[in-house]
Amino acid sequence: MEGLTDFWNMVWPELGQGLGVTLQLSASALAIGLVIGLPTALARVYGQRWLRALATAYVDLLRGTPLLVQLFFIYYGLADPNIGQLFANVGLPKSLLVLSPLTAALLALGLNSGAYQAEYFRGAIQAIGSGQMLAARALGMSRLQAIVTVIMPQALRLAIAPWSNEAAYMVKYTSVVYVLGLTNPDLFGAAKRIMSTHYNQMVMLPFVGSIYLVVVLCITWVMSKLETRLRIPGLEMEVERV
Amino acid sequence: MAEFILRVSNLHKTYGDLEVLKGVSLDVQQGEVLVIIGPSGTGKSTLLRCINLLTRPDQGQIWVDGEEITAPHADINGIRAKVGMVFQDFNLFTHMTVLDNVMTGPVKVKKMPQEQAHELALFELGRVDLVDKASSYPGQLSGGQKQRAAIARALAMNPKVMLFDEPTSALDPELIGEVLEVMKTLAREHMTMLVVTHEMGFAKEVSNRILFMEKGNIVEEGPPAQLFYHPQRQRTREFLGKITELYGEAEK
Repeated sequence: MEGLTDFWNMVWPELGQGLGVTLQLSASALAIGLVIGLPTALARVYGQRWLRALATAYVDLLRGTPLLVQLFFIYYGLADPNIGQLFANVGLPKSLLVLSPLTAALLALGLNSGAYQAEYFRGAIQAIGSGQMLAARALGMSRLQAIVTVIMPQALRLAIAPWSNEAAYMVKYTSVVYVLGLTNPDLFGAAKRIMSTHYNQMVMLPFVGSIYLVVVLCITWVMSKLETRLRIPGLEMEVERV
Repeated sequence: MAEFILRVSNLHKTYGDLEVLKGVSLDVQQGEVLVIIGPSGTGKSTLLRCINLLTRPDQGQIWVDGEEITAPHADINGIRAKVGMVFQDFNLFTHMTVLDNVMTGPVKVKKMPQEQAHELALFELGRVDLVDKASSYPGQLSGGQKQRAAIARALAMNPKVMLFDEPTSALDPELIGEVLEVMKTLAREHMTMLVVTHEMGFAKEVSNRILFMEKGNIVEEGPPAQLFYHPQRQRTREFLGKITELYGEAEK
């Protein structure tokens, strides 16, 4: 018992802070992803040809390349002095794209998540029968009105389940940012620091793993509550029929 | 000159190689009930969809209530608000209660205040005998109730013309009657209606004119008595014969 308390006292201050960073990173990256993903999905479904192509290219690029490559590109690649020189030539600050590890991490995770979220939202929008849009337009609604009042309220409900996957993935994906060596490390970064001084990976790895597990289970639980709460009587049936 | 609430002149529509409408013309007076019959794929639905511009005709003109809706800068959404449409598969908004389904048009399109729209919606639901289902969701209704709710939703926009695109084709036989009853009531209240249907009983009882369409043309048109008992064209006779066999005589 005493050993357990000692272990706790040894790891918790650092892991607790790490957990805070991980949660903040996840929430911010998911928010960035949402802000990018939703319009991207709308562009892919309703956009002009060029807009659709642009959105598709973004989604394919970000989903088709490893997150770690994206992270390194944004952190190390964009800091290339040649790029800085280019900026200087047009009168912009030379270090405009020399990002802090935290900014780079947020940008990479957010851009990556945006691509995945766009696909989830697109799937949900396309699952709504075309008759819904037709009926809305027949009433005299503009396309935008139809999207806002008829399509999105239904699509967003359908998107909750895949979105909660994305949230769960994100919490775990944030662990890759330890490679950038944040000043305030994330949960895994903090665990790594502890392991490098105490060589106790057989204890630390399961312990830190179960912290991720608890967080993910909490997210899954909250999202399924949300889904139940927003469920429309009969909607699932309608969608299955289509 | 008779007052035409709807005029269609020389309407053409082509999808790829398929010419769906080959110069359809039509005059409809205020309060007339037109039933459009014909084999599937002859452009009946396309004709209805052109009349509220859900489909853009390639050629030809349409006037609704004296306004040319096919004019280049016509206010499309304004026109659609004047033409009610009822679909075969209802297309009620699944995430809204029946009441909200009926309210949403007046509120979003006509910018009617909530309270007024609420009252109007209850009134329209009364017309289709569905007030007790006002707070239900479409998923909780029977097919007949869904279609009646859809009719109320269209009526709430106070349309000049109502278009019905096979309104009973997706319904179980025992639910067809309640929808037809509502439509008959509307006809008696002098709503101008264009109805694509195979319900010959309805056609005989309430329509002023029946149009027989085939291959993108109106083959024959006339009052029901004429079309049913003295069709001029062989094709009309054949088609009516077949459809009566399938759907039975008009119940009296």
